[in-house]
Amino acid sequence: MEERKDTAAVQKMRVDRAASSLCMAYLLIAFFAFGLAALAGVLQGLVRGGMVTLPGGINYYQLLTAHGVLMGLVFTTFFIIGFLISGVARTTGGALTPGSLRLGWIGWALMTVGTLIGVVTILRNDASVLYTFYAPMKASPYFYIGTALLVVGSWIAGIGIIASYRAWRKRNPGKTSPLFSFMAVATIVLWFIATIGVAVSVVFLLIPWSFGWVDRVNVLLTRTLFWYFGHPLVYFWLMPAYIAWYVNIPRIIGGKLFSDALARLAFLLLILFSIPVGFHHQLTEPGVSADWKFVHVILTFAVVIPTLMTAFSLFAVFETTGRAKGAKGLFGWFAVLPWKDVRFFAPMIGMLAFIPAGAGGIINASNQLNQVVHNTIWVTGHFHLTAATSVTLTFFGVSYWLIPALTGRTLTAGINRLGILQTVLWTIGMLIMSGSMHYLGLMGAPRRTAYTTYGDSAAALGWMPYHQLMAIGGVLLFLAAALMVGIVIYLAFFAPKGMTEYPIGEEAAGALATPRILERWPVWIGISVFLILIAYGMPIMDQVTHVPPGSPPIRTW
Amino acid sequence: MHLHKYEKIWLLFGGGVLVLFILILSVNSFAMGMMPPSHMEMIDPTKVDQTPPFDNPGLRQVGDNEYELVMTAFIFGYAPNEIEIPAGAKVTFKVTSKDVVHGFAIPGTNVNMMITPGYISTLTHTFSDPGEYLILCNEYCGIGHQVMATRIVVKGKEGEKS
Repeated sequence: MEERKDTAAVQKMRVDRAASSLCMAYLLIAFFAFGLAALAGVLQGLVRGGMVTLPGGINYYQLLTAHGVLMGLVFTTFFIIGFLISGVARTTGGALTPGSLRLGWIGWALMTVGTLIGVVTILRNDASVLYTFYAPMKASPYFYIGTALLVVGSWIAGIGIIASYRAWRKRNPGKTSPLFSFMAVATIVLWFIATIGVAVSVVFLLIPWSFGWVDRVNVLLTRTLFWYFGHPLVYFWLMPAYIAWYVNIPRIIGGKLFSDALARLAFLLLILFSIPVGFHHQLTEPGVSADWKFVHVILTFAVVIPTLMTAFSLFAVFETTGRAKGAKGLFGWFAVLPWKDVRFFAPMIGMLAFIPAGAGGIINASNQLNQVVHNTIWVTGHFHLTAATSVTLTFFGVSYWLIPALTGRTLTAGINRLGILQTVLWTIGMLIMSGSMHYLGLMGAPRRTAYTTYGDSAAALGWMPYHQLMAIGGVLLFLAAALMVGIVIYLAFFAPKGMTEYPIGEEAAGALATPRILERWPVWIGISVFLILIAYGMPIMDQVTHVPPGSPPIRTW
Repeated sequence: MHLHKYEKIWLLFGGGVLVLFILILSVNSFAMGMMPPSHMEMIDPTKVDQTPPFDNPGLRQVGDNEYELVMTAFIFGYAPNEIEIPAGAKVTFKVTSKDVVHGFAIPGTNVNMMITPGYISTLTHTFSDPGEYLILCNEYCGIGHQVMATRIVVKGKEGEKS
């Protein structure tokens, strides 16, 4: 039982100053981007509902691009890298190796420069192409360069994370790695495999074409490469939230991990089943055969298995913890969960939101039902439940303890109450906004569209009250976002000094050993590559060799 | 690896539902032929106006109340603009883009497909009920994306109320 005592001692430990500063640098940029993106978001909602018109010079699609890029690419990536680095430092002895630390800062600098370049092109209205930047709409070449730098920076930081993990394994031969570090590495592995697609598209196809070095671009190939990346991107957001659910929450509620081995297996399955599935985003488009689309649809649904494993594990932890506290009856444990602790409350709402969000996802990926909802605002409603509720509320929940733990401050009772209020406000705003979006989508209202009645068409006029409801939800969300930014600033710079625990769940006594196979990366990466080759090999070959003449660049805004 | 008894039941149940779901999807797709629009025909996107049939977009009767509707999508509209067809008409849309990626959707129906430059998208729909149908672009295509739409008017048969 040597190991157990060790963990107990480590439990008191914090992340050292050097690693803390690095993580805070990531988190502050993340929340800065979040604040700007929230402002762009609320304006969009108000414009679309016909409640305001934008002052001269600003175009709706410029705001939409800013919102998508800053929320979906900048806020998430910066938060995730910062969170993963902190947890790896925390679970591998409290500090990063000097090499990791250096890579972390280089990555941060590249990501920040890339973001700045991208934001400037968007503000200059030279990149109103939305975060999907579908060719042959052509943004300024610097928009693509900024995106590439953001991705490359995240790779370098990712290598730093892997370096610290490897150093730990070298120091501890034959031992199972800390669960957080393993999961962080799994997330980074997914990110590496996924971003190769978008990197190839940006560097080899879009940048040369946007500078005019080549005349035409293979439109379908850029779309396929984008969605090769676009779906696992969602899992890159989700896996860190799962880390918080699997590793941090059990400790916060005073319980133990359910099963170390199953948690690892779930993460490996997420890597396998989140990449070879991109065609389910392209179901209604020409040039991809219906049979290959079907292969992707089947693989998409395989992700149900690790998702169900995760749901079981989490609720098993809740139930056993509740019963250990003396809860009686079939559901008594639910009531004794620490609902008044925002570190639990915010992520728990996120988990609950994942139930309807997952059901919506199954609809989207269904071969036939997709045609009803494709490119309608239903889809926007869907990912505002997954990304903007499940993931985002979890990230907020993490921030309440992570920021004070990194800055040597404390989460006060007042901020805890404010955090609960923030969560409630966010949840109500999202229910109204996402609910309207789902309904409007079923009626056929398109996503990514400015205020319009299509020449007073009866259908479009009927949508307008729900667009206005959506805007009201958006206003509540903006208020909640502003409150969150305020809380982050307070926790980072003004909260009382003190000791805050970085919560890491432990295994229950008598837990079984984790099988070694789960840490043999070449095996799992090999299977992943194999599945990708099956799902994408032939269609991409086809899209390279058997193609129509490409498209010249066009600026349509 | 150890699996708790309840977890086994949970995963078997979930896995079973999943298999059933995929079976239903397969029957829908292969036995009933309900596949998403996946036409493979190509065209030079810079020569749409010179390439038949897109050099002359419009409605052609191909059978008894069966039509082929050839359309082009461009920033920010469709050609032809305003189309009239009789109720019960079975229409095969044949659409391509002259510039960027567009969408092609008719709210209230299952007509929904992407229009990618270089490819021809097709889809068949029977308009049973008379009325006015909105065709709209549901893929962002530029500053005027929100006005990109046209109409199909489905006329009631002679002597019927429309």
